[in-house]
Amino acid sequence: MPLWVELVLRIGGVVVAFLTLPLLVGQAEHKVMAHMQGRLGPMYAGGFHGWAQLVADGVKFVQKEDITPREADRAVFRLAPAVALVPYLLVLLVIPLGPNDLVGQPLDIGLFFVLAVVGVGVVAVLMSAWASANKYSLLGGLRGAAQLLGYELPLVLAAASVAMAAGTLSLSGIVEAWQPWWLLWQAPAMIIFFVAGLAEIRRPPFDMPVADSELVFGYMTEYTGLRFAFFLLAEYVGIVVIAALTTVLFLGGWQGPFADDQLGWLWTLLKIFAVSFVIIWLRVSYPRLREDQLQRLCWLVLVPASLAQLVLTAAVRIAL
Amino acid sequence: MSDPSERGATGERGLPGAGLVKGLAVTLKTMTSRSTTQQYPDTAPDLPPRSRGVIALSEENCTVCMLCARECPDWCIYIDSHKEEVVVPGAARPRQRNVLDKFDIDFSLCMYCGICIEVCPFDALYWSPEFEYAEYDIKDLLHDKDHLGQWMATVPPPPAHDPNGEPAKEETSAARKAAASRPAPPAVRPDADQDPAS
Repeated sequence: MPLWVELVLRIGGVVVAFLTLPLLVGQAEHKVMAHMQGRLGPMYAGGFHGWAQLVADGVKFVQKEDITPREADRAVFRLAPAVALVPYLLVLLVIPLGPNDLVGQPLDIGLFFVLAVVGVGVVAVLMSAWASANKYSLLGGLRGAAQLLGYELPLVLAAASVAMAAGTLSLSGIVEAWQPWWLLWQAPAMIIFFVAGLAEIRRPPFDMPVADSELVFGYMTEYTGLRFAFFLLAEYVGIVVIAALTTVLFLGGWQGPFADDQLGWLWTLLKIFAVSFVIIWLRVSYPRLREDQLQRLCWLVLVPASLAQLVLTAAVRIAL
Repeated sequence: MSDPSERGATGERGLPGAGLVKGLAVTLKTMTSRSTTQQYPDTAPDLPPRSRGVIALSEENCTVCMLCARECPDWCIYIDSHKEEVVVPGAARPRQRNVLDKFDIDFSLCMYCGICIEVCPFDALYWSPEFEYAEYDIKDLLHDKDHLGQWMATVPPPPAHDPNGEPAKEETSAARKAAASRPAPPAVRPDADQDPAS
């Protein structure tokens, strides 16, 4: 296979995943949230149980007027949604779907790359917040910055623990090194990574930056139309990314009950959807954390716990 | 945050995180149980008996006593009538009776209290469960007597008499009259379990 065909295939696959998985997760969120609240959710769009609701939403967003506030910093304001979206697209590039290089771009420092790129999200939040010239946006953006910077630390420490256990920074390498008993050994790291990941993508119960009952819609207040849709899309891609990273780092990626070589991609996708379901489930079940509770959880619980996990991982590695 | 008095009020606390797990269990249980939503425009709603949808008029029962119009709290019933002479053969002089000219209920004012239906001595007004009579013009919510009469077809039959309740007034009075003319039968329905005298 010539290089360019392979390149097109890989990038095409990543783009397809980037465009379909968030929609699947979004639709699942509509329906799961509705049924958890004793409702039916969308039932009309597309005919069968509202399967095309998000397509209809997308068409609606495209039709809306694209407004930039007069006082806004135009260039930054217009660029921010793209900055929010692109990092997640880049992360999807290196997440392995199955064995034998079934991945957009195999990277030896995959984990490092992923954590670095996810961290760009805070820039998008600050850009949109400052450029909007709106006090609600600014408050939301500052809350978001404080939250993202705080939770970056446990996220990285938990990921470092598993990287240390596997002895590699390559995501495929981590999945290959993974063994079922790691579920127990790395359980605290998994929980810390998952919780910190939730906070990274500003999902409830960590949605203080967009807290719609007090801040209108946080840093997204002034956005309309397609740019607002980009932010929403970024949120759903974020769910996919965090679910995929949790799967790859802690749940054994493509390792399933049988036929890992042929069905590895299926096991990965199943695990991603299961973790996404948990993310939606938490959103429905728990109220939003207050700002001080949010920071308290991060600095007084997650950071010490992740450091302890790091010590445990190191001890076990040396003992083995 | 952890106020000791508050903690005492809620009783002893379970394991840490027990509340979080309980919350997850509640949402999961709700998700797996069937939703009771009725897809209204597609399926007819399952309305309880005695639903207050619209007021129906049985015109032949109305004697133009005006009680409903007078009791209506927001004065949404408009009645007009005239008197007509009825010549009864053999009577000394012709009788007079009221003829209903206009009976309008303005459903843009009506607050569905049902007092008119309660107060009607001749059972001329009924509740009907029909509720789909929204209009584009508020003026069209004034239903005249023909329109109100059309709702009569949708009035559900009255509920069956409660077998444990006391017998209806008509039955007891009929039984009393019968007892006055003939000495024997008691003023109790044979199938009634309870003693109506108590």
